[in-house]
Amino acid sequence: MTARLYIPKDSAAVAVGADDVAQTFAARGIDAVRTGSRGLYWLEPTIEVETPEGRIAYGPVAAEDVEGLLAAGVMEGGEHRLRLGKPEEIPFLKRQTRLTFARCGIVDPLSLADYRAHGGYKGLERALTMRPVAVVEEVTQSGLRGRGGAGFPTGIKWKTVLDTPSDQKYIVCNADEGDSGTFSDRMIMEGDPFVLIEGMTIAGIATGATDGFIYIRSEYPAAVETMEAAIRVAREAGHLGANVLGSAYAFDLTVRVGAGAYVCGEETSLLESLEGRRGQVRAKPPLPAIKGLFGKPTVINNVISLATVPIILAQGAAFYRDFGMGRSRGTMPIQLAGNVKHGGLFEAGFGITLGELVDEIGGGTASGRAVRAVQVGGPLGAYFPRDLFDTPFDYEAFAARDGLIGHGGIVVFDDTVDMLKQARFAMEFCAIESCGKCTPCRIGSTRGVEVLDRIAAGEKINANTALIEDLCNTLKFGSLCALGGFTPYPVMSALTYFPEDFTGPQTLAAA
Amino acid sequence: MPFEAWEEQRARDIVAAHAGEAGATLPILHALQEVFGCVPEAAVPLIADALNLSRAEVHGTITFYHDFRRETPGRHVLKLCRAEACQSMGGDALGARACARLGVDWGGTTHDGRVTLDAVFCLGLCATAPSAMIDGKPVGRLTEARLDKMIEAAL
Repeated sequence: MTARLYIPKDSAAVAVGADDVAQTFAARGIDAVRTGSRGLYWLEPTIEVETPEGRIAYGPVAAEDVEGLLAAGVMEGGEHRLRLGKPEEIPFLKRQTRLTFARCGIVDPLSLADYRAHGGYKGLERALTMRPVAVVEEVTQSGLRGRGGAGFPTGIKWKTVLDTPSDQKYIVCNADEGDSGTFSDRMIMEGDPFVLIEGMTIAGIATGATDGFIYIRSEYPAAVETMEAAIRVAREAGHLGANVLGSAYAFDLTVRVGAGAYVCGEETSLLESLEGRRGQVRAKPPLPAIKGLFGKPTVINNVISLATVPIILAQGAAFYRDFGMGRSRGTMPIQLAGNVKHGGLFEAGFGITLGELVDEIGGGTASGRAVRAVQVGGPLGAYFPRDLFDTPFDYEAFAARDGLIGHGGIVVFDDTVDMLKQARFAMEFCAIESCGKCTPCRIGSTRGVEVLDRIAAGEKINANTALIEDLCNTLKFGSLCALGGFTPYPVMSALTYFPEDFTGPQTLAAA
Repeated sequence: MPFEAWEEQRARDIVAAHAGEAGATLPILHALQEVFGCVPEAAVPLIADALNLSRAEVHGTITFYHDFRRETPGRHVLKLCRAEACQSMGGDALGARACARLGVDWGGTTHDGRVTLDAVFCLGLCATAPSAMIDGKPVGRLTEARLDKMIEAAL
């Protein structure tokens, strides 16, 4: 039997040479199965070989290494300096609890047979034996909360849609993953697209929706391609369409591509964009669950929320709820990014501390310098200093410290970071991406950049610092959505925890 | 990337192919840009007509989104990520270097029309930062040397 070779086709693996490695093997007559990534990105491109003892990984592999690997008997799991052993024994992976990401990096993303062989469609099959209200109740009982950032209970959203009578309802997947430091949505869409399709189908059956849209950002062309291909496969197999898995339920999916607007990750802005308009935020109420896409009741959930539904239905609410802490139940796919030695996807039950994540799992900085700050939760998340590394990864614990976990991204900065510059960038980003609907966000962000520039120049530092605090207050309480409302988090945390960077030109010169 | 020259009938066909979709504006704009490299002003009345919108509404939608171009880009499009994860790995310096070497500002195209330099806020490659995309292909662990090589190849 010819051993099977697996090479990721994940965008980040491709970005560091996975295609070249695959082509080099192909030139030697060995065609690899192209998988997603396991998410150990410092080891990408990682290749895996099927052996009698299980898969053996090698990495990071460059095209130039292929000759030597073949000579060392890579296809039989032979010894080589790049040999990593069994991937699931690598500490970074071994410490994880992979529920949502159970298959990512292992299966052929477009093989339905592979998906089923690894437990796929068990959740939908069970859901089809239940009454819709019971499916919604199962999701509510699991404690699943919106993984896009807001943390709203998914089951409650679904219940509202189920209870709102309408001739047409929609399931919308928010795949506009714009937060810097996050890539879990991309990984799932590229590496295990059927889990998202299954989750959305369950959502449709549970709430009475027959149509779904996946709104994917244009920066993710590979995810768009894989999702579209997977939808075609699912449709041809009767897993989508007029009779889902031979049942009386109809459900089908359409992929829509965004156009580079960060604010479209905000749910009402996303709906406007899907309807073909400027992505301007809508005032709430009405909630999208009551009047959403095209004015119809709409479930709008993040990729990870929806991709977690299949395992909840397959294993039961209690199984999922048993992971986690406090009101944060289940697991969170945390993304370690930026200046970190071991960057990647780390799925774990809520409760692990920030310090464990950054120092133990992430291994500190990639540059080898001291960690000075981490930004958790994307461009609208707070900068935390080392003093707050005892904060457990939990929605409420972060909120209590004026931060947020957001979509689970952690960006690590070493001691060369200039925190005034980071605060300025937060305001600048808000100004670039503001939809323009509300004044605090549209005007306040530009004024924020100007005031921070005056502090950097050493102009009336005390007065301008007071002005920034006042401006942040206006943004926080006067903005329509999280873009303006949360921009104060990075700004104020930088100012609060790193005041030494806000004392005028001398610090800038030193940085 | 060779784009087609503007031709009204070709544009009408593209618009018609998507006009029946729910919320068709963005799919139409993407399809036009894929063929012509941008959304030319002449396309605005065609879209407005097909979707029963005012020209102002179509104009408003086009200008809201960073992706839609009003002019054809250079033969190569280099996107550099300017977001936080890439900043933490020296992305700002690489951005400044790219601007200097190409002699353009963000969003600009070199005089010979060879390269357009775009800023992008996150490519989702944040654990292999700094990141770039050249003609749609992702590039990770970008260094000065790799950036120079990409620019030289494109020029």
